[in-house]
Amino acid sequence: MNHKFLPHTNEDIQQMLDRIGIKDLNGLYAEVPESIRFKGDYDLPEAMSELEIRAFFEKLGQKNSLLTCFAGGGVYDHYAPSVIPNLLSRSEFLTSYTPYQAEISQGTLHYIFEFQSMIAELTGMDIANASMYEGTTATAEAMMAAFHNSKKADTVLYSETLSENIIGVLKTYAHFHGVTLRPVKAEEGVTSHEELKKQVEAGGVAGVIVQQPNRYGIIEDFTGFADTCHDKKALFIVNSVASDLALLKTPGEWGADLAVGDIQSLGLPMAFGGPYAGYMCSTEKLMRKLPGRIVGKTCDSRGQRVFVLTLQAREQHIRRQKATSNICSNQSLMALYATIYMSIMGKEGMKEVAQTSYDAAHYLCEQLTATEKAKLVYDKPFFNEFLVQMKERDAFFDKAVRNGILPGIKVDDDRLLIAVTEKRTKEEIDTLVGLL
Amino acid sequence: MNNKLYGNLIFELSHPGRRAYSLPENRFGHHPLPDACRRAKDAELPECDEMTVVRHYTNHSENNFGVDNGFYPLGSCTMKYNPVINEEISSLKAFTDLHPQQPVETVQGALEVEYNIQRALASITGMADVTLNPYAGAHGELTGLMIITSYHQQRGDTKRTKVIVPDSAHGTNPASAAVCGLEVVEVKSTPEGLVDVNDLRPLLGDDIAGMMMTNPNTLGLFEKDIPEIAKLVHDCGGLLYYDGANLNPLLGAARPGDMGFDVIHLNLHKTFSTPHGGGGPGSGPVGVCEKLIPFLPKPHVIKTKEGFAIEDCRLTEEYSTADNRIGGYLGNFLIILRAYTYILSLGRNHIKEVGPLATLNANYIKECLKDDYELPIDTLCKHEFVFDGLKDKSTGVTTMDVAKRLLDYGYHAPTIYFPLLFHEAMMIEPTESESKDTIDGFIKTMHVIAKEARETPELVKEAPHSTPIGRVDDVLAAKHPILTYRQLIHDMESEE
Repeated sequence: MNHKFLPHTNEDIQQMLDRIGIKDLNGLYAEVPESIRFKGDYDLPEAMSELEIRAFFEKLGQKNSLLTCFAGGGVYDHYAPSVIPNLLSRSEFLTSYTPYQAEISQGTLHYIFEFQSMIAELTGMDIANASMYEGTTATAEAMMAAFHNSKKADTVLYSETLSENIIGVLKTYAHFHGVTLRPVKAEEGVTSHEELKKQVEAGGVAGVIVQQPNRYGIIEDFTGFADTCHDKKALFIVNSVASDLALLKTPGEWGADLAVGDIQSLGLPMAFGGPYAGYMCSTEKLMRKLPGRIVGKTCDSRGQRVFVLTLQAREQHIRRQKATSNICSNQSLMALYATIYMSIMGKEGMKEVAQTSYDAAHYLCEQLTATEKAKLVYDKPFFNEFLVQMKERDAFFDKAVRNGILPGIKVDDDRLLIAVTEKRTKEEIDTLVGLL
Repeated sequence: MNNKLYGNLIFELSHPGRRAYSLPENRFGHHPLPDACRRAKDAELPECDEMTVVRHYTNHSENNFGVDNGFYPLGSCTMKYNPVINEEISSLKAFTDLHPQQPVETVQGALEVEYNIQRALASITGMADVTLNPYAGAHGELTGLMIITSYHQQRGDTKRTKVIVPDSAHGTNPASAAVCGLEVVEVKSTPEGLVDVNDLRPLLGDDIAGMMMTNPNTLGLFEKDIPEIAKLVHDCGGLLYYDGANLNPLLGAARPGDMGFDVIHLNLHKTFSTPHGGGGPGSGPVGVCEKLIPFLPKPHVIKTKEGFAIEDCRLTEEYSTADNRIGGYLGNFLIILRAYTYILSLGRNHIKEVGPLATLNANYIKECLKDDYELPIDTLCKHEFVFDGLKDKSTGVTTMDVAKRLLDYGYHAPTIYFPLLFHEAMMIEPTESESKDTIDGFIKTMHVIAKEARETPELVKEAPHSTPIGRVDDVLAAKHPILTYRQLIHDMESEE
């Protein structure tokens, strides 16, 4: 044995075996039946040195193309201040466990409290939990929370304007959890209030899920939605893109009971899909129905203001088979990422990012449609993402990729969903338009 | 770690007019957001300069204790060393700057990572294929149970609605079963701490979807009757689920696939060295046997003649077992990349040494401490073992007190009051990363604490003394919940 991660010398091993009173390492597995002992070789390469590992991943990395990103669909290429990765790499944050031992985890507990506070501010909701895996599963948790909140109703409605992957996750969770899940039709790219009303008034609805901005980037008008839900005791659930809420009317203002979404837009790397984190907020009334970890204020034996994991009676490890959620962790490090992001950008920077993204997207949309080769599919207000129709969609897409640009996400046969953030320069946008 | 509490909140350092960011000039012209779409009031986020933010979070970090600070014998959590090279590789722009919906031909390197680790984990566990999509261990459990349920439903075997879970199981097992819509049936443990096969037999029938097991179990004991249990469960038509929380001691020794498990989940943040990050992000891949491959969630990475590709969900109105989606994309990619780096660092040969050395460390501590601490089950353990508090209970010093006293000596506490089988449970897991020197130091400290408990019990009962804060008032936190800064301010104002 001689590996940098394995500190035991042969002498150590011998001394320890002697103390235990067995002959060799094999003897540590004496009770494991011979028939199931593993005696073969794993199908793995030989150990690599650090230099070889660097070279290996360098080579693998070259098989990926770094593209100027105009794709969104829930994942946005926002600017990340250099402070964040630097602070995140502090190993007191990186290598610590869930803060069960409050005495030696005040760093984590303080930043989670800050995270909860900032997310509550952003969403306009009373409270937020310590974070969820990511946005799609957070939405499924909200669906289940609504299901359990209602004594009789077993149906949850979702707008057809939810992103496709969110709908996919909802369908899966609903199937196994026994939730009846029904779509609410969209008209002209937005949720039909008419249709929603009809379905809610028919009864048996525990919750309604909508998305802001929706799957086409459109800013929907939810006026009256909350009343429609509350009249029939259904929960109103809004999924939003976190960073857009610096400017947008908040889930709280729309009258949401639960607000969920992904925090990737708060400067997190796109990272080919993860790790991100989800957020989940509720009204004070629903505090004890909220799944996941929550940090609260208290005091210690020395009279100091301190923070601690609280309301744990809700959690799965206490409730076991009576649990209504199996979430037993958060995405602490990513929550820290977003917390530092919001501290750095602050009250003004968050608005500036949102406004610049909004302006840049509208500028690009104007330029593209002016060519008359692209047409805006829905004439509705949008934020920093929009859907266009173009005859030569595939040719344009391929040409852009050849030029190092990811021009958006393909939708149907002739549509393209395009997102712009503050990170895109005017030159990049003009180049993209020039390719059309 | 700094033993003085820093204690500020970023909001308390905020002054209107300060800023910590810089952005390029907006050259896109002003496009007003319609008033009807706009929030009425700004979010009250902090306004600080950059250095204030940097110092604030640096100071927070110094009130934290991580694996890099010292020994973390936290049972069932496998707090092994988190190699720094993993961090370097996972921060390469070639991986961090990829959009998850880029065309597959532009992400062949990322897909190769995913495919290769699917194969590596399949080989290490003896399974046919693996999905990397689950975001955490609990999410993996749920995914695994969905696969089991899908299998039965697909065959029209719809009355299998129960899942058997040992009484020693992690609390997540029954919770995941409940979320999956399954009813939990508990099987008892024998006095020796193993699943009681005689208690199991009558539970088995045509209503059993499967059985969940952790092996070694939460007492750190290898379930040696596993071949018989696997046969019994399979004979009744059920499937066997492996909770991979405790896989570490089996590296180089045994594989769940060879034991008869049909579905497994792994915790990359335990066995495969990815950092716990204060509670996440983790990653909980799920492996399956051949016949369950069609039920793996989508998207899934496959290898074709033309290169690596993604099998995605088909868009259908109705639910279909072949199109289960359990998350946005292909899992926590950068965590998966870290685990792959770890596997390559150890390679085929050294990875086999992990299990035996983790097991050696645990047995050594157990043998050295069982004179002072109550060892309810005195037998070979695997990666961890459980004491039932101090041997001498006359002083009233509890497991909680011992755990808190350990903090004073610069150690993280063991897992306490779990498993629920013993009142004063104290679960110790050293991992293979710790040297004999570190472990000898810990053993010495545990003896000192036992002596203190006999001679100066108050010293232990009032511990910790040298941490940034003393014991916290959990009851106050739950009775009078203050969960945001806004509530905190409001509360202070109403007190005045």
